[in-house]
Amino acid sequence: MAEERHELRQRRLTLPASAEAIAELEPGNVVYLDGVVYTAREGVYQKVVVEREALPVADLASVSNANFHCSPAAAPDGKGGYNVGGVTATASFRFSKYLADWLDLTGTKIVIGKGGMGAGDYKEVLAPRGAIYLTTVGYGTGALLGRGVKAVESVHWLEELGIAQAMWLFRVKNFGPFLVDSDTAGNSLFQRQGELVNAGIEALYAGLKPPALRRYGETDDRRDELL
Amino acid sequence: MIAHEQVETAAYEIMKKAAIDIPEDYLGGVKGMIDLETGDLSSFVLKSMVDNWEAATEDRRPMCADTGLPRYYVKVGNEARVAGGFCGVEEALRSATARATQDVPLRPNRVHPLWRTEHNNNVGINAPEIEWSFEPDADWIDVTTVHKGGLFGTDYRMLFPGDGIDGIKRVFLDTLIAFGKRGLACQPAIVGVGVGGSKDICMTLGKQAACLRVVGDANPDPKIAALEQELKELGNRIGMGAMGFVGSSMVVDCHVEVGYTHTGGMPVSVHTFCLSSRRATARLHADGRTSYRTDPKWFTPYMRRETIGWPRSDTSSASAG
Ligand code: SF4
Repeated sequence: MAEERHELRQRRLTLPASAEAIAELEPGNVVYLDGVVYTAREGVYQKVVVEREALPVADLASVSNANFHCSPAAAPDGKGGYNVGGVTATASFRFSKYLADWLDLTGTKIVIGKGGMGAGDYKEVLAPRGAIYLTTVGYGTGALLGRGVKAVESVHWLEELGIAQAMWLFRVKNFGPFLVDSDTAGNSLFQRQGELVNAGIEALYAGLKPPALRRYGETDDRRDELL
Repeated sequence: MIAHEQVETAAYEIMKKAAIDIPEDYLGGVKGMIDLETGDLSSFVLKSMVDNWEAATEDRRPMCADTGLPRYYVKVGNEARVAGGFCGVEEALRSATARATQDVPLRPNRVHPLWRTEHNNNVGINAPEIEWSFEPDADWIDVTTVHKGGLFGTDYRMLFPGDGIDGIKRVFLDTLIAFGKRGLACQPAIVGVGVGGSKDICMTLGKQAACLRVVGDANPDPKIAALEQELKELGNRIGMGAMGFVGSSMVVDCHVEVGYTHTGGMPVSVHTFCLSSRRATARLHADGRTSYRTDPKWFTPYMRRETIGWPRSDTSSASAG
């Protein structure tokens, strides 16, 4: 080891999680979950938030208040159940536009996914609703997370939405690791770390000559000449 | 004569192996990075990944639930003969893909790009991709599968001769920074850089450099090998580690492949092979045996030949593989 590194603080949380337990989490804590998590992504959001269909689980928040942005590698086991192999989150920023309504409709307090969401989403959408964001680690820890899934409690809209988009309810044990990105004050670990990294970026380009041809994307003005 | 069933069975096996067992070279590379990483968060991520690969191998479950886009690279010995011909090989690879998707299980990722329809088996129009290459003085067929993930982490740009090595460094940095933030590329990655060729082949070369060369391998041209080293160090100096946290673990290794290109241009592509660097190779021998390995040995001297003919000495150093 090059030098001593700090151990990250570990927490274990039972779902549905209480407001007090959630308030204790700090950005950078390592979290493991017990209880039930459910998956929902654009297919489910479209149905419930946009088309206003009823939730397939009555009083969802009393069963689970943790929404996992995930598409499991699952296949029917031939006995009426499912084999869940690996479990990996999908990038969350794409679901930003549904989130406020979704949290209001379901009482969800923990959003789990890949890569976090914009700092504005935390300040304006999650934090005011007492909700936090957990990110998966890696992000390819599919096998570890798959191990934490003990059973498929139920699956909804499977026919209609397919395996990837269906709403799965998983019973989980020691499910993790996750890292706390945003806390109940809306602070973001990714944002803090990103700022530290950004401070060094300009120096990397020092001395490299500019490209012969510019391109759209570097300037947003489509009237610009690219030369 | 290689039997049709032998192809199907071998392809099914490598689909499983690729999904479950992390290649030794990549594992060794990441373990080496943990020792150097001083960022708390980044090193925690790397250690978790090692735990994850161990869990995958112990439980025989996929290391990552995102199957990526499973595909094949087939290298055919010039003397190889296969029952059912090469269309038969393609059929076997499609069938193995569908079977492995059900059995491993692999997440069915492939959908129609416009209608989003899927067959739940990772097979469809132009899927899985199958790329072919040839090898002189050999009677075997090598089948490699790669499950490359990542919607993120690839870019292409037409540069010009005057842009030089500086230009390549810019594209390299731009790509790693853009997709390294928040770890969207699931770094540390094996980074492949394609330089030259026609535009599509520039992309192909970079992709193959990332996915088909192992950690520790160097380009046989010493000047290109030096560039690979320089780019690797540059990437690890960005200050970004796993998940985009402060750290130094960005590039496990960098591989550059070149192709002769238009006299006025220098196209460059950058590709990142993620934390689930899934690849596995089967060699189908003419006598009916099949042997398995994780090094595809794709870029042979024959592949990189520069003139009309090719170096006639034993180009298939792995012929006994
Ligand atoms: S980029 Fe690789 S490790 Fe990350 S989610 Fe995709 S397949 Fe998994």
